[in-house]
Amino acid sequence: MAGLRQIAMQGRAVLGIVLSQFRTLWRVLGHTFTRADTVQYPEQKPALSPRYRGRIVLTRDPDGEERCVACNLCAVVCPVACIALQKAEDAHGRWYPEFFRINFSRCILCGLCEEACPTYAIQLTPDFEMAEYDRRNMVYEKEHLLIDGPGKYHDYNFYRVAGKSIGGKDKGEAEHEAPPIDIHSLLP
Amino acid sequence: MSVGSPLNIGLILGAVIATAAVLIWVERRLLAVWQDRLGPNRLGPLGLLQVAADMIKILSKEDWVPPFADKGVFVFAPTVIMVTMLTAFAVVPIAPDVGIIDFNFGLLYFLALSSLSVYSAVLAGYASNNKYSLYGALRASAQTLSYEVFMGLSVMGVVMLAGTFDLRVIVEAQQNLWYIVPQCLGFAVFFIAALAESHRTPFDLPEAEHELVAGFHTEYSGIKFGMFFVGEYIGITLSSAMMVTLFFGGWHGPLLPPVVWFVLKTAVFIMLFILIRGSLPRPRYDQLMAFGWKVMLPLALVNLMLTGALVLMVGSDA
Ligand code: SF4
Ligand code: SF4
Repeated sequence: MAGLRQIAMQGRAVLGIVLSQFRTLWRVLGHTFTRADTVQYPEQKPALSPRYRGRIVLTRDPDGEERCVACNLCAVVCPVACIALQKAEDAHGRWYPEFFRINFSRCILCGLCEEACPTYAIQLTPDFEMAEYDRRNMVYEKEHLLIDGPGKYHDYNFYRVAGKSIGGKDKGEAEHEAPPIDIHSLLP
Repeated sequence: MSVGSPLNIGLILGAVIATAAVLIWVERRLLAVWQDRLGPNRLGPLGLLQVAADMIKILSKEDWVPPFADKGVFVFAPTVIMVTMLTAFAVVPIAPDVGIIDFNFGLLYFLALSSLSVYSAVLAGYASNNKYSLYGALRASAQTLSYEVFMGLSVMGVVMLAGTFDLRVIVEAQQNLWYIVPQCLGFAVFFIAALAESHRTPFDLPEAEHELVAGFHTEYSGIKFGMFFVGEYIGITLSSAMMVTLFFGGWHGPLLPPVVWFVLKTAVFIMLFILIRGSLPRPRYDQLMAFGWKVMLPLALVNLMLTGALVLMVGSDA
């Protein structure tokens, strides 16, 4: 009995394998009538989501100032180390990058820099058409990266919520920030 | 027009080679359709001129013989598959008056030439003096040897029913009933064997890219590589034509002229070959061998026995 059952089980297994081959053939044949997922590229553009990870830009805050505070977090997190920048400070005490350089021939468009950035300054855009004949042209400087708008985050302004004091905004004046405690006072 | 007239020979030869060339495009387009892509569609109408572009490219490539190769054999190997496949076409009866030659041993001739074609892979692998090529050649020879056995056995049912090896007579005997009906098992076995003989996926272990670089033709480039390629396509066409001849009533069919029926049926089988390439994965080598000897060979023998019993019961030439 046990032997018979084993043979029956094996038979069913073999039958399953054979049937699965036919099912595969049938389903692939069914794709004759499905639409192609690819498009006629240069004439027809593929639909890319706004979150697509393409060419990197540096954005500005709603007031039109540079968002980047040159904290170097993006340069540190970048797995291929293709971001280089140098911090500078303006007359109001704002930090900004003196130069900001991304070598797109090395960038793998992983998006980690965007995730690391505390100020939403660095953002990836749905543009991937970056082909160049000369490899040196793949190195983008700050003037190529900086755009005029706020990118994906329209209202965020780092200096308005951060505790750092800059010209025109002292300590305790940021949004949701309590005035600093006077440590010399004895009042509760 | 009669069988064997020079016009006939010229037309068939031209048609076969043109088919093999166009198949490069057909295969790429069909695979694209089944993989939800577009495929080569830029050059000429529907991308048909892609064939010409591929040809020009492959013809103008450097014809290189590696310094470590056995030169004579290396050059000779790709011609073998072309020559055997083309000569095998001579016996295919395309329509009542279209064909190159009729042998009364036509089927044996086809089997013999399709086995000879494995020398192409074996010699190429040996002459390349490269371990991956040699592995590919070894696999090719073992695979062809094992699958040939039941390829021959699977068509014996047809021979029993028709009582002859002459392909033209076999087709004529299918006037009323195609042999696929009494011989469906034989057809299944023959189809799988034909797939294995032409080294097509899922039986393309001699050139399995993921383990053997490109198998027996690793060292080949340019026109010599092109000959392997075209030889493979002619092999597919030949196998499809043989399936039509042996099991699907050759040129028989209503309304349309015989030649058209033959071409249509052959085209369906060629597309089936491509569909299989697009869907089925490649087995492991031991699975391939076990499948051949433990499943297909017994099936072929069972088919042979059943057909014999049938012929005995119904009386000869049923
Ligand atoms: S997307 Fe990735 S690789 Fe490119 S700059 Fe940002 S962190 Fe570096
Ligand atoms: S882009 Fe963002 S993460 Fe990079 S340095 Fe500027 S503020 Fe820091």
